[in-house]
Amino acid sequence: MTVATPAARSGSGRPAIRRKPTGRETVAGYVFLSPWLLGLLGITAIPMLYSLYLSFTDFDLLSSPQWIGLANYQRMFTSDPQFWHAVRVTIVFAVTSVPLKLAAALAVALLLNRKRRGTGLFRALFYLPSLLGGSVALAIVWQAMFGGNGAFNGLLRIFGIPGEPWVNDPNTALGTLVLLAVWQFGAPMVIFLAGLKQIPAELYEAARVDGAGRFRQLLSITLPILSPVIFFNLVLETIHGFQGFTAAFVISNGTGGPTDSTMLYTLYLYLRGFGDFKMGYAAAMAWVFVLAVGLLTAVLFGTGRMWVHYSDAGER
Amino acid sequence: MAGARRWAGLLALLVLLAVVLYPLLWMLGTALKSPQEVVSNLSLWPQHLTWANFADGWNALPGITFGRFFVNSTLIAAAVVVANMVSCLVTAYALGRLRFPLRKVWFAVMIGTLLLPQHVLIVPQYVLFRNFGWINTPLPLIIPKLLATEAFFVFLMVQFIRGIPAELDDAAKIDGCGPYGVFRHVILPLSRPALVTTAIFSFIWTWNDFFTQLVYLNDPTTYTIPVALRTFLDSSGQNQIGPMFAMAALSLLPVFLFFLAFQRFLVEGINTSGLTG
Repeated sequence: MTVATPAARSGSGRPAIRRKPTGRETVAGYVFLSPWLLGLLGITAIPMLYSLYLSFTDFDLLSSPQWIGLANYQRMFTSDPQFWHAVRVTIVFAVTSVPLKLAAALAVALLLNRKRRGTGLFRALFYLPSLLGGSVALAIVWQAMFGGNGAFNGLLRIFGIPGEPWVNDPNTALGTLVLLAVWQFGAPMVIFLAGLKQIPAELYEAARVDGAGRFRQLLSITLPILSPVIFFNLVLETIHGFQGFTAAFVISNGTGGPTDSTMLYTLYLYLRGFGDFKMGYAAAMAWVFVLAVGLLTAVLFGTGRMWVHYSDAGER
Repeated sequence: MAGARRWAGLLALLVLLAVVLYPLLWMLGTALKSPQEVVSNLSLWPQHLTWANFADGWNALPGITFGRFFVNSTLIAAAVVVANMVSCLVTAYALGRLRFPLRKVWFAVMIGTLLLPQHVLIVPQYVLFRNFGWINTPLPLIIPKLLATEAFFVFLMVQFIRGIPAELDDAAKIDGCGPYGVFRHVILPLSRPALVTTAIFSFIWTWNDFFTQLVYLNDPTTYTIPVALRTFLDSSGQNQIGPMFAMAALSLLPVFLFFLAFQRFLVEGINTSGLTG
């Protein structure tokens, strides 16, 4: 099943018939929308405002919140080295895992984008880690695989390379998390494949007539036409990358260790809020996080204008 | 030349596939090995197959078996599946089909919540649900889904509903259907593919979810599988790797079965849906 049909595209934005809303339809619209509106208000909007208030307080869940002004933010930015460390770890994690994952996804998609028997099976099997990889079960496997007696060291031993407990070494622990993220390249790969299928074969034929080699075709045809899909994947995976939690939590036994080397931002937020019950501080961290992720998304969209090529821009 | 390139491509794919599948096969092989073999035999396949790890893992946590955790996880996932299907479809019908004042504003807000990291809401929601007395119950994991908070599925269904020809609505209206009749007789039956996609992914995501379950479920009797697995790891470290892998593999079994049954849906359905719009 493909949800994105050409029909859906042409109809995007508005139903086929344009007319003024009737009173009956307005009532029906709000009736159908009411569960969502209630959720928006009660589960999202009001809690967000409440969390903004909490971020200016000292709150341990037991006694009522004490107003302390900007002290949480001040402490975060000026006297909490662990906070800045978590920011650094998160950025390193995202900046390494996202490009590697996208590169793997694109490379495999290009390999799969040929008429060959068994392509469907390959695609499905490469996709499998994307379904399983976010689970605690896989994080446990990962921790064991890159531990002292793990399969990875077993593999190294075959080649005569001395191994080490990778997850317990502050220099390599984050690297194992990056590998786990890259291992789940299947989801962006499927999106790349869908995009590659839409590139007209005539373009490649014309390029061949003009004497363009494979690499030239990749640079001049595939990548420019695919750029909106690359952009879509980049935004999705970046937002996703900044929210990593499960693997870091499980592999470090809930500590962010060894020596804070896997202390992702969300993990630090969890430990401050639900470990030390500093709810005000955690709320302040959450707000900084939302603003940072929002800003980053805006920057991505801003730079996207420079390299994303929309062939159907005129249609919209 | 072209043939050689073809074979090189296939070879590259096969090597890559072996690397990608290795962790999963290693998990399975280790789950079937005896404790001595786990340390001594690093090959994938066990020399002596044993199911003992499954029995040991099943009873690993004192007083409660993994059966309980499976029941807890299944109940929560099933409730979330139903809640998402119902709430997201009615929301998507309003946003994707009906015309009423502020519709575009609400649609934009919905897209905004799509990008909102869940971690920002965890503190205030925890305080809220704690005041309701919902900690150590499945309610914080289910009730929000009844209110269409899973914006991803709302978006998916809006895209799908917009693809349903509006002429069908008009035909139904000529037959005397109002907005409710159109929903009941046109949108609901034709949205089956989108509902199936939503159901499958709701199940898998809830089944694999860890963060919210970790926050809200602190009593061992309420543990779901991910929380239980984590507790198992915490209490035994690397000493019980066989039983732990047995439970890890068992926990992934439902997701794997879904994968086998709905492979095409999974691979094509959700991922390409975001490309338009």
